Amino acid sequence: MDRDGTELKMAPPKAAVGALELSGAETVIRALKDQGVKHIFGYPGGAVLPIYDAIFQQEDIVHVLCRHEQGATHAAEGYARSTGKPGVVLVTSGPGATNAVTGLTDALLDSIPLIVICGQVATHLIGTDAFQEADTVGITRACTKHNWLVKDVDDLPRVMHEAFQIATTGRPGPVVIDIPKDVQFKKGPYVGPASVKHRTYRVKSDPDLGQIVKAIELMANAKKPLFYTGGGIINSGPVASKLLRELVALTGFPVTSTLMGLGAFPASSPEWLGLVGMHGTYEANHAMHDCDVMICLGARFDDRVTGKIDLFSPDSKKIHLDIDPSQINKNVRVDVPIVADAAKALKEMLHFWKTHKKQVDAAALKDWWKQIDQWRAKKSLDYKTSTKLIKPQYAIDRLYELTRGRNVFITTEVGQHQMWAAQRFKFEEPNRWMTSGGLGTMGYGLPAAVGVQMAHPDALVIDIAGEASVQMTMQEMSTAVQYDLPIKIFILNNEYMGMVRQWQQLLHGGRYSHSYSEALPDFVKLAEAYGGMGLRAQTPDELDAKIMEMIDSPKPVLFDVRVDPKENCYPMIPSGRAHNEMILSDAMEEETVVSDEGKMLV
Amino acid sequence: MRAPIERHTIAVLVDNEAGVLARVVGLFSGRGYNIESLTVAEVDHAAHTSRVTVVTSGTPEVIEQIEAQLRRLVPVHSVVNWTTAAPGIEREMALVKVAGTGDKRAEAQRISAIFRAHIVDTTHNSFVFEITGAPEKIDNFVDLMRPLGLVDVSRTGVAAISRGPEAM
Repeated sequence: MDRDGTELKMAPPKAAVGALELSGAETVIRALKDQGVKHIFGYPGGAVLPIYDAIFQQEDIVHVLCRHEQGATHAAEGYARSTGKPGVVLVTSGPGATNAVTGLTDALLDSIPLIVICGQVATHLIGTDAFQEADTVGITRACTKHNWLVKDVDDLPRVMHEAFQIATTGRPGPVVIDIPKDVQFKKGPYVGPASVKHRTYRVKSDPDLGQIVKAIELMANAKKPLFYTGGGIINSGPVASKLLRELVALTGFPVTSTLMGLGAFPASSPEWLGLVGMHGTYEANHAMHDCDVMICLGARFDDRVTGKIDLFSPDSKKIHLDIDPSQINKNVRVDVPIVADAAKALKEMLHFWKTHKKQVDAAALKDWWKQIDQWRAKKSLDYKTSTKLIKPQYAIDRLYELTRGRNVFITTEVGQHQMWAAQRFKFEEPNRWMTSGGLGTMGYGLPAAVGVQMAHPDALVIDIAGEASVQMTMQEMSTAVQYDLPIKIFILNNEYMGMVRQWQQLLHGGRYSHSYSEALPDFVKLAEAYGGMGLRAQTPDELDAKIMEMIDSPKPVLFDVRVDPKENCYPMIPSGRAHNEMILSDAMEEETVVSDEGKMLV
Repeated sequence: MRAPIERHTIAVLVDNEAGVLARVVGLFSGRGYNIESLTVAEVDHAAHTSRVTVVTSGTPEVIEQIEAQLRRLVPVHSVVNWTTAAPGIEREMALVKVAGTGDKRAEAQRISAIFRAHIVDTTHNSFVFEITGAPEKIDNFVDLMRPLGLVDVSRTGVAAISRGPEAM
C-alpha cells in the first residue's frame, strides 16, 4: 500500500463561484466522508454541539459514544492500529480536550494516525477564561504531530484534508483540529481533498539506492547478522511485512522485534528469536549484543530495547531504515542510514540482492545459528509451574492455545501482563497486536479493544489486562455493552501493580509502597452490573473450561483470572546493564542486582 | 570522554502561521536544548514567511538532532546551519546604556569610537550606544563598559545570512 504517494494538485486560490456552501459543522462531516471515514469515537459537550447536530442528520458515519475522552482516543488508536486507517475522535472544549491528551501522547510515541477534532469556545471568548475554555492548541502542541486552531470557516476544509494527510503519511501520528463554536455555525465554501496541497509538508518515502547497495553489501558479508524490526514495518502496511518475510527467506538471517513490531514477522518461523529488550528473550538480546551486522527496520533504538547505551551491540555495523530522518543517529550512531518507507526500501533491497546475485556467508551463518541455538537452549521464558496456583505465564499459554486458528486480535494494558503477553503470545500477522509501547499507558487495552472490535465485528478481540490497569478505563465496558461489542477482558489478577511490585522488590528492598491492589471490586459482579458476563478462575484445572466459556460468550466478558501474586517477569535486563547481562528466572532471588546508577533510570 | 560542546547558528525559514514560534521554542525547551539567542521576524510579507535565527550549543550529535527535529515541524520550509554549512555572516545589534561623568564618561566615549559604536542618545550623565557586530564583539564591548557605569543592555540576537549569490 502506498500511503504517501498521492499526487495532490495545486489548490485553486479561491473556490469557484457557486461552490458548495456548508456550515463549519457540515464541513467537518463532509470532509470525514470524503476521507473515507466510517467510524468516529467521541463524547459531546457544549462547544461541539453543532457538529453533533450534523452527525444526527446523516447516516454514513457511525459515532461511537465512549464514556471518557481518554477512552475515545484509545479506541481510535485500536481502530487505527488494527485497520491501517486513521482513527477519528470528536470531543468538546476544555475537559474534553484535556482528557484526550493521554491518548494523543500515546499515539505520538507509537506513531498511530489519529485525527482529534475538538470544540472550542467561540472566537470572541478565546482568552477570556470562558467556561470550558482551555488553550487546546497550546496544551496539545507537544503531543501532536501538528495542530490547528481554525478561526475562519474558509480555512476549515483545507485544514481537515491537511490533517488527514499529515496524520497518515510519513511517520504517522496524531493531529488536533480545534474549532471554535461560532466557526462551526458559519458558512463557507467547501473544497474536496484533491484540491489541497500543503505549503511546506513533504515526505521523503523513496530510498536512496546508493544506501540500499551499501546495506546489501554489508548484509552479504555479514558473519553474524540480525534483523531488528519495529513498528515501522506495521505502519508501512501489510506489503512491508510480506517483503520482510521474503528477505528473511532469502537470507536466512535471524529476526527479533520490538514490542511495537510483533506480528510483522511470524513467530512460528525458525528464524524468529522473540522479543528484544528489557524483557526480551535471552537469544534475542545476546544476538543483539554479539551481532556484526544489525539491520534495523522501522525501529528507533528505544531505551527499553538498547539497555545501557554505551554497551549496546558494541561490535556491529548498523543499518537503520526509518521514514523519520530525526530517528537516524538519535540514540545510536549508525553506519548505513536509509530514510524511506519500509515497503519501498525492502522492495529495493530484495531487488538488489537478487539482481546482484548476492550470497550469504553460509559457513559463518551456520556457526552463528549454532551459537544462537546455545542461547535458545537456556529457555529463558521457562517458569516454575504449579498445580495449585495459576501462573500468569500458564494463563497466557492456555489463552494462546485455545484461541489458535481463530481470527484473534490482542490488546493489552501496561505492566507484567503486557510483557508476558509479548513474550508468549505468538503473532503470525501484522495489525493483530495493539499495545501501548512508548508511553506505557495503563488503561489502554480495554478501550483499544472497543475500537478493534468496532472495526472487526466478527473477530475475537481480547484485552490481556492486569487488575490495576483495567480499572483506569473500566467505564468503557459500558460502551462495549451499548454497541454489542463482545470484547474479552482477560485480567491476570495478581492483586498488585505487578511491575511496580517487581521493581520495588529488585530496587527498593521489598518495600511495597502503595503497589498492593486493596479494595478490589468483585469483577464478576462488576461485569454483570455493566450488562456483560463475569468469570473467575482460581486454579489451573478450571482455566481451560472458563477460557472456552469466555470465547463462546456473545457478550463482553470480564474474566478475573486469579494468578500467583508473587510471580515476576523474566528474563530481564536490569536498568543500567547490557544485553548480555540478563537475569533469568532462576536467579531472581539475588539481591541488589541494580547499581545505584541504574536505579536512577526508569 | 564527553564530546565537546559547540556553538551553532541555525536559520529556520517558517510559514508565519499562528503559534509557529511556540513550536520552535517548545521544541528546544521540551527536548532540553539550549537557546543562547533567538531572532525572529517576517521576511516576506507576501509569502508570509518568517526567518528564525537561533544560536544554540550542544555536542555535534545534539546539534544534528536539533536540525532534524526542526525539519520535522510541519510549518518549516528549510533549516540551515550557518556554522557547518557554507560560511555565513552573523551580526547582532545592541543598545548599551552607560551612566557617569568625568573621566569614566570620556573613556566610555573613547572606547565606543574604537568599536565603531554610535551614540544614539545622550544626556549630561549618560550615553546610549548602538553597536553592531559579531556577538563576541558585543560581549567585549559590554565588558569594557561595566566599570565605566554600565546600566542597561538590550541585544537583538543574531541575524545570519550566507555569503555569495545564493539564498538559504
